[in-house]
Amino acid sequence: MSEVKYSKEHEWIKLDGEEATIGITKHATEMLGDIVFAELPEKGSNVDKDGTAGVVESTKAASDVYTPVSGEVIDTNQMIVDDPSKINEDPEESAWFFKLKIKDKSEMDSLMSKEEYEKFTKETSA
Amino acid sequence: MSIKKTSLNNLHIKYGAKLVEFAGYQMPIQYKDGIIQEHKYTRSHSGIFDVSHMGQLFISGRDDLTNDLEKIFPADLKKLKTNQSKYSFLMNNKGGIQDDLIITKTSEGFLIILNAACKYNDYEVIKSKLDNQYKLNLDESLSLIALQGPEAKNVLNKVIPGCDSLKFMNGNNYVYKNEKVYITRSGYTGEDGFEISIKHSDAETFVESLIENGSKLIGLGARDTLRMEAGLCLYGNDLDNDTSPIEANLKWAIPKSRIETEFVGSEVLKNQFQSGVKKLRVGIKPDSKVIARGNTKIYNDKNQEIGKVTSGTFGPSVEHPIAMGYVDNSYSTVNTKIFLEVRGKKIPANICNLPFYKKNYVKGEINV
Repeated sequence: MSEVKYSKEHEWIKLDGEEATIGITKHATEMLGDIVFAELPEKGSNVDKDGTAGVVESTKAASDVYTPVSGEVIDTNQMIVDDPSKINEDPEESAWFFKLKIKDKSEMDSLMSKEEYEKFTKETSA
Repeated sequence: MSIKKTSLNNLHIKYGAKLVEFAGYQMPIQYKDGIIQEHKYTRSHSGIFDVSHMGQLFISGRDDLTNDLEKIFPADLKKLKTNQSKYSFLMNNKGGIQDDLIITKTSEGFLIILNAACKYNDYEVIKSKLDNQYKLNLDESLSLIALQGPEAKNVLNKVIPGCDSLKFMNGNNYVYKNEKVYITRSGYTGEDGFEISIKHSDAETFVESLIENGSKLIGLGARDTLRMEAGLCLYGNDLDNDTSPIEANLKWAIPKSRIETEFVGSEVLKNQFQSGVKKLRVGIKPDSKVIARGNTKIYNDKNQEIGKVTSGTFGPSVEHPIAMGYVDNSYSTVNTKIFLEVRGKKIPANICNLPFYKKNYVKGEINV
């Protein structure tokens, strides 16, 4: 069973064993508007929890993408680099950003469940 | 100071606008379709822009008005025919631009369209330079609506018949619901279009009838990407008090007949015409998909800083990042290789011709 959790920086993370897939939430894409550029971490690099691991730019502005957990980048999604509009279309499935070999599963504990994240976005956008 | 609302505020909300504060007004940054769709709809059909936050300054008075205004603005106002418009500048004594504006000769005097953030200051400056001898009215009882795009003339003609005979940079009086409206054929998107000055109380029904005839409301976000593709400057970004029209590559807006005459800033401009300028506004095309926004530093191939980006975005019609900025004049030639510092990396780019997007009568032509 895979577990999906959410960060306050509006990333989602899906954990399958040791492998974590990370992307940005639908709520994030709605706030950003039309995404026209995506930059991803390099395969083989190590990223630290809450550190910058990429960039997305909309027609309006640039935003950093943070990693909610630490680990080694084992894959990146070239599809969203070639066509960043896919991030607006399908942010929480096919338009994932990168996959990590997770370093410490306990880092998942501080993240939010789907219900908690929905509550969080309602509170912060109110 | 409380935030002001335009006469179209309820309509913005009705059509799902995301509202932001801009120059003291609550303005729509985008509607439900988003910036890219709104941009493309303007280029392919027509878009309605609420520009009511801009200043509409009417100046009237005795015969010397034209002479006295020529002492302020570097435009050839004596040659201007009634209802004809010219792009010009309000400058300071150093030749820096305090505002860029459109002057139209009307039957009573002149109408000057001012940027929202500059309008109250412009009013005071112009009034004092005219020595309080004329009647100045920064008319806040009027809305200003721009209709832009290839279908603009057909859409507007259905609502206000006859306006399609207006020539570019010309205006005239028309009637809408028994009230006078003043329409000019102009705009700031690189498309054919109109700007309609209309009473607040008629603005909403007027815009609804444009929508019924196939147009859509477009936000400030798309207005910005449209003007950038068209190579047009935004005051506060690309133009400011420390930049002259010559440096801004807007020499074309200063007629030859005025170069030797006196106006505010004329000494500096005359000197720049003769000796050239140190910095020049240029078009910039990054090699990759990376977007260089305003304030991005520009370097040469020897890693020396040579300038700064003033506007940059992704151009939805040219489907590529675009930017403009100021570089040391020796790097301003088209195809010069430059480097843009984005997030600590030097991104290769080229100086390129403006505009990025050029309209012809049949279809758009892309310059990137």
